[in-house]
Amino acid sequence: MATNLQLTEDGRLRHLLTLEGLPRRILTQILDTAASFVPVAERDVKKVPLLRGKAIFNIFFENSTRTRTTFEIAAKRLSADIVNLNINASSLSKGETLLDTVANLSAMQADMFIVRHAAAGAAHLIARNVAPHISVINAGDGRCAHPTQGLLDMYTLRHYKGEFHNLRVAIVGDILHSRVARSQIHALTTLGCPEVRVVAPKTLLPRDVESLGVHVHHNMEDGIRDVDAVLMLRLQNERMRGSRLPSAGEFFKHWGLTPAKLKLARPDAIVMHPGPMNRGVEIDSEVADGVQSVILSQVTFGIAVRMAVMSLLAGSGAQA
Amino acid sequence: MPTSLPTPEQLIDQLARAIAPVIHDSAPGDPPWALVGIHTGGVWVMDGLMRRLGADLPRGVLDIAFYRDDFSRIGLHPQVKPSSIPFEVEGCRILLIDDVLYTGRTIRAAMNLLFDYGRPAAIKLAVLVDRGGRELPLCADFVGANLNLAADEHISLNQNHDGVGLHFAIQQR
Repeated sequence: MATNLQLTEDGRLRHLLTLEGLPRRILTQILDTAASFVPVAERDVKKVPLLRGKAIFNIFFENSTRTRTTFEIAAKRLSADIVNLNINASSLSKGETLLDTVANLSAMQADMFIVRHAAAGAAHLIARNVAPHISVINAGDGRCAHPTQGLLDMYTLRHYKGEFHNLRVAIVGDILHSRVARSQIHALTTLGCPEVRVVAPKTLLPRDVESLGVHVHHNMEDGIRDVDAVLMLRLQNERMRGSRLPSAGEFFKHWGLTPAKLKLARPDAIVMHPGPMNRGVEIDSEVADGVQSVILSQVTFGIAVRMAVMSLLAGSGAQA
Repeated sequence: MPTSLPTPEQLIDQLARAIAPVIHDSAPGDPPWALVGIHTGGVWVMDGLMRRLGADLPRGVLDIAFYRDDFSRIGLHPQVKPSSIPFEVEGCRILLIDDVLYTGRTIRAAMNLLFDYGRPAAIKLAVLVDRGGRELPLCADFVGANLNLAADEHISLNQNHDGVGLHFAIQQR
C-alpha cells in the first residue's frame, strides 16, 4: 500500500515516504540523478533553474536544524521558493489539526511539503490527503522512516565503496529508536547488499529485526569484524523513556566506536554517522575526526540527494 | 535517408577544416579557447574535432537536463549525466558543439548553463547538421551540413555497435 501511494500509475516517484518497498530502479535513479547535482555545488553559481516558481514548505513538527537546513539549501539550489514552518510553535498549540494546517498551506499554492513529525505515519496521512499536483517528502516520522537520510547514506557508500553486491555493512547502536536504521536496512537490502549486520544490545533492538533480513550481533567486536562500512547511530537520549541503559559512559564502553574497535573492520572501512554526534557516547572523537570518517561528506552529498528527490517529484506530475 | 548526406566522419573533417584557422590564429594576449560538447552526440563530435585539430585545448561536457524549458511538461530526463567544466569559463572563448541544431532550445539551455560557471569572453557554435525549424533567434557559426527535414522527421547521431564510428539515423515520428 505504501508503495502505491509513493508511485504514479506509470511507475514514477509521486511521494517519498519510506524506502520500504520502493523498487531498486527508483533508488538507483535517485542516486544517479544526485551524482549530477554534486558538481553544481562546486560552481560559481550553485543553482540550477529547474524548480523556478515552485513553492515548497518545510513543515517541521519536531525540531531538527540540520535536516531542515539541508532541505532548505537543496530547494534554494533548485531555484524553488521555500518557506520554513516550525509548527510546534504555532498553529497546533492553538488547536489546529494536522490536516487543517496542510489544507491552509495548500490554499497558499504549495507544490511540495517536506514533513517531519514525531508520530509515525504523519507524512503518509498528509500524502493521502493532498491535491494531485502536490508531493510529500517524509523528513522523519517517529521511529518509522527517514528516507532521504537512508538515500544519502547509500550515495555515500556507493561513492566510497562502489556497488553494493559485495559489501559487508554494520549498523551499530540504538536500532530500536532509529528511523535512520530502518531506512538504511530497507535501502541496503533492496540495492543487493549481501550482508547487513545490526549491532546492538538486546534492549535497543526491535523484536522483529531479523525479519528485515539482517544479521544480529550482540557483541560489537564480532559485529564490526571485517566490515567495509560502519554506520553508527545516534543514541536517542530524547527518545529514551525509562532505563534501557545504565549510563552514557557504560554505553560507550560496550558500544562506542573507538580506534581499537575500528581496527577489527577492514583496513579501508569507512565510518558514517547521521549526526548530530554524541562524542564520547557512541563515537570516539579520534574516530569521528579520523581518516576513515566520511561523516562530513554525508552532509554534502545529502544536499545533492535531496535535490534529486525534489526534482524527480516535481517532474512526476508532468505528462510522459 | 537522403543520399546527399555525407557520413558523420566526413562532416567532422569538414568542420575541423573550417574551425582550425579560427582556433589556431590567436594573437598573444587573446582569450584562450576551450571546447564544450553537449551530451551525448555533441561530445562525440567534440572528441572527433579534438583529434583532428591536434591542439591541447581544454575540454568540457554539458548535460542540459537541469536547464531544459520543458521540465514542467515532461519532467526530468531519465538519464542525467554530470556536467563537467574543468577550466575557468570566465574570460575564455568557448566553441560550443552539438550534433544537430533544430529548435535552438538546447543551445539556449546550454548557454544559460555555461554562464553559471562564469562569463565567457565569447561563444561560437559548431553543429554537425543544421536541420532548420528554429524556434529561437539562433544560428550556428560552423555547420557541417544543412538538411531540410519535415517536422515529423527525426535525425539522430548514433554510435556504431563497435563503439568506434558514428552514423546518422533518420526516422519518421
